[in-house]
Amino acid sequence: MRGAKQVLRYALLVPLTLLFVSPLVFMLVTSFKTPNEAVQTPPTWWPDPFTTQAYERIFNAADTPVLRWFANSMIAATANAAIVVVTAALAAYALARLEFRGKKVVFALIVSTLFVPPVILIIPNYEIVGRLYWLDTLLAIIVPTAASAFGVFFLRQFFAQLPRELEESARLDGANRWQIFVQIVLPLSKPALATLALLSFLTNWNDFLWPVYVLFSPETQTLQAGLSTLQSANNVRYDLLMAGAVVASIPVLLLYLLTQRFVIEGVSRSGLKG
Amino acid sequence: MPSVSTVRRGDGLVAWLFLAPYLVLFLGFVLLPIVLGVWISLHNWDYTLPGKPFVGIDNYSNLLNPDSVAFEPFWDAMKATGIFTAFSVPLLIAIPLVVAMVMNQKFPGRNFFRAVYFAPYVLGVAVVGVMWRFLLDRNIGAVNSYLGGLGLPDAIAWLSSMPAAWFALVGVTVWWTLGFNAVIYIAGLQDIPRELYDAAKVDGAGRWSVIWNVTLPSLRPVTMFVTIVTLIASANMFGQSFIMTNGAPAQETRTAIFYIAETGLQNFQMGQAAAASWILTVALMLLSLVVFAIFRARGALDVS
Repeated sequence: MRGAKQVLRYALLVPLTLLFVSPLVFMLVTSFKTPNEAVQTPPTWWPDPFTTQAYERIFNAADTPVLRWFANSMIAATANAAIVVVTAALAAYALARLEFRGKKVVFALIVSTLFVPPVILIIPNYEIVGRLYWLDTLLAIIVPTAASAFGVFFLRQFFAQLPRELEESARLDGANRWQIFVQIVLPLSKPALATLALLSFLTNWNDFLWPVYVLFSPETQTLQAGLSTLQSANNVRYDLLMAGAVVASIPVLLLYLLTQRFVIEGVSRSGLKG
Repeated sequence: MPSVSTVRRGDGLVAWLFLAPYLVLFLGFVLLPIVLGVWISLHNWDYTLPGKPFVGIDNYSNLLNPDSVAFEPFWDAMKATGIFTAFSVPLLIAIPLVVAMVMNQKFPGRNFFRAVYFAPYVLGVAVVGVMWRFLLDRNIGAVNSYLGGLGLPDAIAWLSSMPAAWFALVGVTVWWTLGFNAVIYIAGLQDIPRELYDAAKVDGAGRWSVIWNVTLPSLRPVTMFVTIVTLIASANMFGQSFIMTNGAPAQETRTAIFYIAETGLQNFQMGQAAAASWILTVALMLLSLVVFAIFRARGALDVS
């Protein structure tokens, strides 16, 4: 009975795993094929001959500077994650621990925007970013999405459940709020801060609609927006497209591989406390 | 602005200093845009032109008036979003729940499977879209090739015919985000107290009865969260259409967000696009309220 159940479980889970993994493997394999082999049917699962020409071609093309896009995405996602964590941690601490007039209103206002569909912000934020002369610059990708209501909410919930004793005894020893925040609260919150940084990095790295419309020059694109440029420039050159997709996937897949517990925990906690 | 002296035992000024950096961003890129969006929607607003004449509610009435030229493209796009949402949301509520229930026991490789199913979600829609456009290509795609190998139809135009394009867009979206919802369900399942299951067993409940009477009711808040989040995500679908079908066939898979982005940020009819995004948002909020009410009503029934 137990054995049969176990067999049934793997009979479901293993094919599902193949369904998830094989497209990614095929993408990787195709990126090392010649243009002809890439569109050959039936498909081959090992490149013959094995070639890196797709990568060489996209790394050196002036209209699709993939390495530049890679750097842009790295800079934007890192800067965005840093701003999210710093601003959200500061605000979350005030909302979790400090007493002040208007606290309830501020918190309610922030939380109420959690479920506002992002579509409502697209048109006006384009106007705002344009007035700031940020169009076609990475600032347009870094700053507006750094106003993370989720980040404030997520960290506030985390700070609120930390034991108060340490903070109170530091207070008695004469520490001020800033010292308590930096020396006690932040070190205790490393896992939550890391999770928020990761989720913000992933979200920014993968953002698509906004960069497609606010970045126009080849040199300012992020990888995700660039992939669609690459697609229009090389419509059926699937060797090149898969190479571009691999470059756009590797950093996030590596990051995920190294930190998947944090990522998964962060996502599951966001659901429970919502 | 409260002054320090009026707040007893409070941290007024310090608190506002802590809040300030976030509030600058929040006011500038969340609250101001919400208000500015309404303002823009009341004007004939072209980013590239100096004059932005006030037109009152014209942008809204154009979108709502069947005789106006703006009516059809907008409602075709709303219909596309509606179709996509109607098919993807139920699948993304049910399939991840089944996967989560299978995964919610201790067995060798559990964490591995969970990590694999979640993996596509960390990829961006651009990667997912470009990859599946290749796999689903009518002539050289692996999907048609393997279907042919199984003796099934091997020339389906997944990206340019109906209803195949909806199967493709919904299927790829399920593939992409299934793991996200499953992870939330798994966390919810783990929060159900063991005693509830034990009590049901003592009462002699069978396996299906336990699922029906213990698991599903206990998961209600989590299911509601998953439903609303998935609803909002599906109704905001853009990248899959933009990359995989480019709205084809004709403009049948051009979604509401696709329409809003093109109208506002490419043709610079920003007033019209802002009005359209408000109509979409209000529709979404009403839908969310309905979902909320349904889950609430069910909850009340169970208590009695």
